[in-house]
This record gives sequence, C-alpha cells and structure tokens, in this order.
Amino acid sequence: MVKVRLWGSLAEMTDGRTEVEVEAGTLRELLDALARDHPGLKPQLDRGVSVSIDGRVYNDAWFTPIAPDSEVVLLRRLKGG
Amino acid sequence: MALDDRDTATKLDFKVVGTRPPRPDGIDKVTGRARFGADMTAPGMLTGRVLRSPHPHARIRSIDASKAEALPGVKAVVTRADFPAEVPEDVADVLDNCMAGDKALYDGHAVAAVAANSAAVARKALKLIEVDYEPLPHVTDVDAAMAPDAPVLHEAGGDETVPEGHSRNVMSRVQFGHGDIDAGLAQADRVIERSYRTAATHQGYIEPHACLASAGPDGQADLWCCTQGQYMVRDTCAAILGLSQGQLRVTASEIGGGFGGKTTVFLEPVALALSRKAGRPVKMVMSRAEVLRASGPTSSSSVDVRLGMTRDGRITAGFAELRYQGGAYPGSPVDMGSMSAFAPYDLENVRTVGWDVVTNRPKAAAYRAPGAPMAAFAVESAIDELSKELGLDPLDVRLKNAAREGTKASYGPTFPAIGLEATLEAARAHPHWSAPLGENQGRGVACGFWFNFGGNTCVSLNVAPDGTVTLSEGNPDIGGSRASMTMMAAEELGIPYDRVRTVITDTGSLGVNDVTDGSRVTFAVGLATIEAARAAKREMCRRAAMIWGIDEEAVVWEDGAARPSGPNAGEHPPMSLAEIAAIAPNTGGPIAGHHEVNAEGAGVSFATHMVDTEVDRDTGAVKILRYTVFQDAGKAVHPDYVEGQFQGGAAQGIGWALNEEYIYGDDGVLQNPGFLDYRVPVASDLPMIEPVILEIPNPGHPYGVRGVGETSIVPPLAAIANAVSAAAGVRMTQLPMSPPRVLAAIHGADDG
Amino acid sequence: MSQIHVTTTINGDATEFLCEPEETLLDVLRDRLGLTGSKEGCGTGDCGACSVTVDGRLVCSCLMLGAEAQGARVETIEGMADGDDLHPLQQTFLDHAGLQCGICTPGILVAAKSLLERNPAPSEEEVRYWLAGNLCRCTGYDKIVRAVMAAADDMRRAS
Repeated sequence: MVKVRLWGSLAEMTDGRTEVEVEAGTLRELLDALARDHPGLKPQLDRGVSVSIDGRVYNDAWFTPIAPDSEVVLLRRLKGG
Repeated sequence: MALDDRDTATKLDFKVVGTRPPRPDGIDKVTGRARFGADMTAPGMLTGRVLRSPHPHARIRSIDASKAEALPGVKAVVTRADFPAEVPEDVADVLDNCMAGDKALYDGHAVAAVAANSAAVARKALKLIEVDYEPLPHVTDVDAAMAPDAPVLHEAGGDETVPEGHSRNVMSRVQFGHGDIDAGLAQADRVIERSYRTAATHQGYIEPHACLASAGPDGQADLWCCTQGQYMVRDTCAAILGLSQGQLRVTASEIGGGFGGKTTVFLEPVALALSRKAGRPVKMVMSRAEVLRASGPTSSSSVDVRLGMTRDGRITAGFAELRYQGGAYPGSPVDMGSMSAFAPYDLENVRTVGWDVVTNRPKAAAYRAPGAPMAAFAVESAIDELSKELGLDPLDVRLKNAAREGTKASYGPTFPAIGLEATLEAARAHPHWSAPLGENQGRGVACGFWFNFGGNTCVSLNVAPDGTVTLSEGNPDIGGSRASMTMMAAEELGIPYDRVRTVITDTGSLGVNDVTDGSRVTFAVGLATIEAARAAKREMCRRAAMIWGIDEEAVVWEDGAARPSGPNAGEHPPMSLAEIAAIAPNTGGPIAGHHEVNAEGAGVSFATHMVDTEVDRDTGAVKILRYTVFQDAGKAVHPDYVEGQFQGGAAQGIGWALNEEYIYGDDGVLQNPGFLDYRVPVASDLPMIEPVILEIPNPGHPYGVRGVGETSIVPPLAAIANAVSAAAGVRMTQLPMSPPRVLAAIHGADDG
Repeated sequence: MSQIHVTTTINGDATEFLCEPEETLLDVLRDRLGLTGSKEGCGTGDCGACSVTVDGRLVCSCLMLGAEAQGARVETIEGMADGDDLHPLQQTFLDHAGLQCGICTPGILVAAKSLLERNPAPSEEEVRYWLAGNLCRCTGYDKIVRAVMAAADDMRRAS
C-alpha cells in the first residue's frame, strides 16, 4: 500500500482524511486506484493533478514507479508562465 | 521518463557551457531583419479587425452585420454563430473569450470580426455592425464579486469545492498546509494579522498579438503567429474550429515578449474563421489598447495573513487566505499562489486557503510565476514587519526559518537539495547589505519560490555532410534559448559553438512540444538536446567501429571525435565528426540524433532580492537606488541570459510594485488602456540591477540546469514594499505604491 | 479618396510612394516599402519601437504622416549597418546581450545612435533619460545601457 497525502480541501471529498492508502506500483495505478476507491476525488482527478513522488513532481508519466515507502503528495496541476 | 534512467552525473569540466558567445539570432535582431508576428505577409492577404464590447457586462440580444457585409471591400464577417455550437469542454472558455456568445463579459470582449481588403475598410465596417446589447450590472473588484448580492457572471456558479452560501462568482476553493495554526499561534511571542491588496498588471510585452491565417475549404490550414507555443495554438484552434491537428500547421514567428501572456490564443481562431469564410489569407494585429483591454493580464488580489513568531525569530505558524480574481472565467492562479506562499520556509504549522473568483475583467493569463508574486508580497511583508517589531534582522529571521533539504514544504512534498539558504547567505555577505543609507531611504529584502516545469519535448539533431549540425526544436525563443541549446549541443558533441545552428520548427516538423513556459526550456529542451546529441554520438561511434572493424563498445567519443578505447580496440587514428559525416552515405546513410521525452522532475528554484529605495516626502514618489538579485540557476548555461532573466524579472516586479495598475471606473470600463497611463518602468526609472548567480546543481539535469525565468519576479513586490515602508516610516500594504498612495500613507501616519 | 505621391530619401536611397492622407510613416515603411524593422508597439508614441530619424531628428514614425516625409531624409534600422559592417552600437548590443526578445531593439538602436551623434560621451544618467521613450520589457535596461556606453567608448576610441 502507498500512502498518498492530499491537499487540505481534498479532504472534504474523502470524509475528512488528509491521507489515504491505495494499492499502486506506478503513477497510473495510483491515479486509477484513487478514482476507484475515493470517487469524491474524481472531479479533481479529471481536471488534472500533479503528483510529487519522493520530492519530484510528475504530471503524466504513467509508468513512473512508486515504492511502498515513497512519499506521494497530490498537488494541483501546476501551470507556468 | 523516470529520473533514475538518466545520466545524472553532473558534468563539471565544461568547454562551451558557462561562456558568453553571441546569440545566433543576434544579427537579424539588430538589423531589423528578424520577422515577428506582424511582419509576415501573404499574397492576396486581407486585414482582419475585431469589434469589441463597450460594456463590462451585457446580454447580446442580436448582431446585424448586413450593412458591414455590403460595404465594398469587406470579404467576411464572423460572429460566434460562425464557430461550432459545441466544442470540447477544455476550450469552451477559450472560445468564449475569443468571441463572445450570449453575453459580453468585460469591456473589450470580442463580439464580431471583419476581414477587408484594407485596414481603413475594415475599420469602417466595424462601425456598421449593429449589436443590440442589454447592459447588465457588473463587478470588477475581487472582494465585491464575492459578496452574496454581487452581479453574477455565470449562472452555473463554481465547482464542488465551493462551500454553500458563497457567491456564484466563486469558482473554486483550495486549501493547503499541515499542523495546527491555533496551537502554533499560541506558542508565538507576537502575532501579526494584516490584509494586503495588489492591482491587476499586464505582462506588457512590447509586441502586440499578431497572426496570419490561411484556411482552405479542404480542411487544411496554415497559421503564422507570435506565441509561446505553436503546438498549443494548433491544438486549441483545431479543437475550437473542428479542424484536425495534422491538417493545421502552425509556425511561430520571432516573439516580442510573452511572460506567460502568449500561452493562450486570442486572435488566432478568429483569423482562421475569417480566412475560411473569405477564402483568402487574413492578417490580424492587435492595437495596444486591445492588448490591454482584451488579452490576459494577471489577477488582482486580496490576501489576509496571520503570522506568529517567537522572540528569537522562529515562525510558529503561518496562515494566509488568498482571493484572486481571474477575470471573466475561472482559472486565476490562486492555487499556485496558495501553494507557493510559504514555500521558502520550514514551518510546523502552515495553512493557506485560496478562492478563485470571476469578475467583469479580461480573462487572466499566466504571468511569470503565475500567482506567486502576490502571495509572496503578503507573506514576506508580514515576516518583515514582525521581524522589525521584535528587533530582529530580517535576513537572520529568514535564515532561521529557511526551507532546506528534508523540509516538508508548505504545499506537501519534502524538498530535495535546494538553494534558498545559499541565496540568503550570499545576500548577507554582499556589500549591499552593509552599505550606509541616507535620510528617507530604506532597504528591503524578500525571498521567492517557484516550481519550474519540464514537460513534453521533442528535438532532432541532424549532422550535415560537411560536419556542421542543425538542431531542430519546437519552443519559441523569447530570451536567448537558441544560444543555450546551441551551446549544450556543441558541448556534448565536442565541436565549436559556430558549427551548430538551432532552428525552431513549425508543428509539422517535430512531435509535440509543450509551451515555452514554467521556466522549462533550458531545463527540458536542454535535456532533450543533450540526449539527442548523445544518440548522434552513439551512431557515429558505431560508424567508426564499422570502418575500423572493431566492436562498437570499443569506441568512445572524446573531444569531437570517435576514438578506439580499451585493450582490444587496436590502434586507429581518431575520426572527427566531420570525417564521419563526410562518408555517412557509405556507412549507412544520414546521421541524426533524436530525443522525445516528457521531462519530469524539474528542480524548484529560490531567490532573495535586496533593494534600496528613497521616498520623496513631498510627492510620494519612490526612487529605486540599488537592486541586487541572488538566485540559484543550477548551472548557468549562458550567464548573460541568466543575468538578463534576473534583471528583467526584477524590473517587471518594480513596475508591479510602484506603478502598474489596471484602473476601472465605476462604469466598469478600463480607464488606462495605453502605455502613457499604464506606466511600465522606463530606463530613467531604474538603476543597474546586480545579478548574483548561485549554482547549486539540479540532480535532474545532466548539466545541473534549473529554470530561471520566473522566480525573479516573485520577491520584488515584497522587497520593495519592505524598503518603501522602511523609508517612509509607514507600512505599505497595497500595490502599486504610486505617489498618491505613498503620500496618503505618509500623511495618514503623520496625522495619526 | 485620392492617394498622395511622396518623394523622399530613405536610408540614402531616393524613394517614391503613394499613400493615403491618414497613413502614418510607420504604415508606409512597413506595409508599402517592406521595411518591417520599425515596429508598432503602441501606435501612440509611448513605446519608441517605431523610432526613426527624419532629417536627423529622432521621431516616432507612428506619430508622423507618411505624406510629411515629402522631401525629407529618413533613416531606419535597415540603414544602420554599412553593408555587412555593423554599426558599433549593433555590435555592442550583441557583445553585451543588450537584447532578449529583440522587438524593442531596432527602436532603441536608432534612438541610441541619435544620442551618440549629439553626445559622444554620455553619462549613464544621460543614456537613461535619452532612452526613456523606448520601452523594453525584457532586460530591465541594465545591459542596454551598458551596451550604449560601450559603443560610445568604442566610437570615441576609433575617431
């Protein structure tokens, strides 16, 4: 299981939890599991998120490996100028 | 691509990287030959013009263009009815912003456009279009737009994140942070609570939006335009107009500044629609007034901060509530502001809440580190004020609380190696910090943070038969990136800088490249360039191995040549790149290297700015006396252009802090749509801006490069506010600190 | 509406053109003569991107009518280099990275040349005030001012 930290306002979609656990070995599995296990997150996942894995930010790379002890943080989709 | 797959060994013995060669597009740009957006022509070209709403908010009952269409010389008129009724959801607001539907949502909103055989005829035709407006109540201020009884822009209101009971102008709410704010504040020796406001500012690129479109009835189309991303233009226009992406070829012209403002489309879909209807090429160029009224400025903001500090300068809790208006559509950068507000600090208790609000103003576009400068203005002002109240040195306080490797960032992740402390140490050691100040002068410091991105990147490196090299990449060069790419290719190949030419291709020539934004180009395109060069080197080693009749593994590339290496390689004279290129037809055909990547793992960036100001107590005018930028560049590829980014960001920040401001009248109409009244800094306003480059290598890039373009606009607002507050003897909490506002603050303090 | 016939000298070449009475010199240069080096940043004389000299005087070509060029001597960025010999200002702008995006560069070079013709040894402050009518949004002016000062040095040494 991978622990995923959510940003504060997402907790409203997960019964107040700021951290959830899902079964995932890659970023794709992580996103799929989040949508499946926590349907309240679906609208935000559909709008797009960035994911920090061990301090590095990923947007799209589905096959980025995630270890069980990885630090995983869901972030708003980053956009720049 | 996972970072660990890369050769992350940071190269230290550079020959080309770190030098300052002339930029490859330099001659064209000093002789007037460079072709920018408005410089292109096509045979049979028409001139397109846009009719814009004079109302800040109005229902469009009907549009009658028959008189305009009847005017000799008019070849096409388009309104929203000429665009598909249904478009993909992610471009619906973009289309509505390019051409209003049921309602005009801001002063300057496009409602119709014409193409005519001269600019004079097009202008005359606009006056003949009859629009029946039903004016509606409007709102342009962010706090007013959040009031329960505010005029509503979009009946549907915000998304599921907005708690019940809020105005329908609130489109979303975000919250970040960790710890317990109340508990943290209880540990503080002193707590400060302040509100801050910033005005909307425009990116202020000197080149107005411009494009030339040619669309045929067969679904093929060509577009030439000034943009930060030709692929973004292609995909957005294709979605809006129902074209296929492969049939629309977009070529980016030279670009006369963007700063985020050219990361979306305004004219391009309209020009394509006009061209399709007229059957002729159509060129459109915005006037400056149109740029200011209808292209994206940044958000105005209203931010509340609560901050607690112990007597010895430890921040015990930080809270900020940020309200940004993003113009007439959702998508202000309040989420980025909320994530970055406290990012420079290692805090146990931190929380930010952000509100994205719509108003009757042009849709906000990205502007250099979007959302971060306003947040930093509020937080860094509060830290400064609290430090002063406790009699502490503001640099010491920042160092005491600075985020470092292992810090859990306020927005969630744990930081890897970062450079904030290095910029603060450099600032403290710099002679600027200890230089004397005179009467009515004050010094301010502030820190800033930006994320930096990577993203989709595709480059191709081709070796010509004479041994010269062309690098094809797909990101418009705003500030010298062709020079940086050329340098990285030359470095990797071991050949001189002048043997490589970098060109920026149209959308048909390479795979997708994300927009030139997020300070991504030197990092991501640089990484792809290095990898493409490595692929070409591997191929050239293979060719040499064939010639020498030895194993590929027994050949290495050194100093621009293939060389035998290892015990079984035998004795062979090195083969240079030019020698291998000359016989390429005999060894397997052309030599090229390619690299395609979605580069993830860009390193975050920090800066500390220091500024001295002088306040004229009679007029309220502020003079910038001295300015120093300390920023981590990872590795500065071409130091001139790194310095240029530092200086340019500081100068834009100075404008934002002191003068620049969207001013709306009670009628909801923009009152200052020109450079005379929307005053950007001019040469006589500024001193030299000293750039101090720090190099803490980014482990995610083969040469250690970090993006540098955006961070430099984050600290100036607060640094200048802190300096002006010190000089004026009164705390300034609202931007711009224009002379009337500073004067009023001084008088208020004197009276009080 | 009949067009006006204008005879003028542009970058040393005798030039004739027809223009509408309301057409600006900038429109004529860009749209009729193909001299697109002069840029339109504002159309109101505030940004200086369209700077040219007319009979030696620095003007915003967006504020002057094409018809007013009758009999005048107009110099634009396209006439600044002598063949493939760059003007010293053009060279120092390259050497000192005095440009980023390059849109303001032609106007700034024309304005700076006009300054150095009047004042071969300007102070930093004089350079800054002379160029105050030429907006640059990329550089913060630092490297531009240094490039102008360096060109002044080079030109004084050469003369």
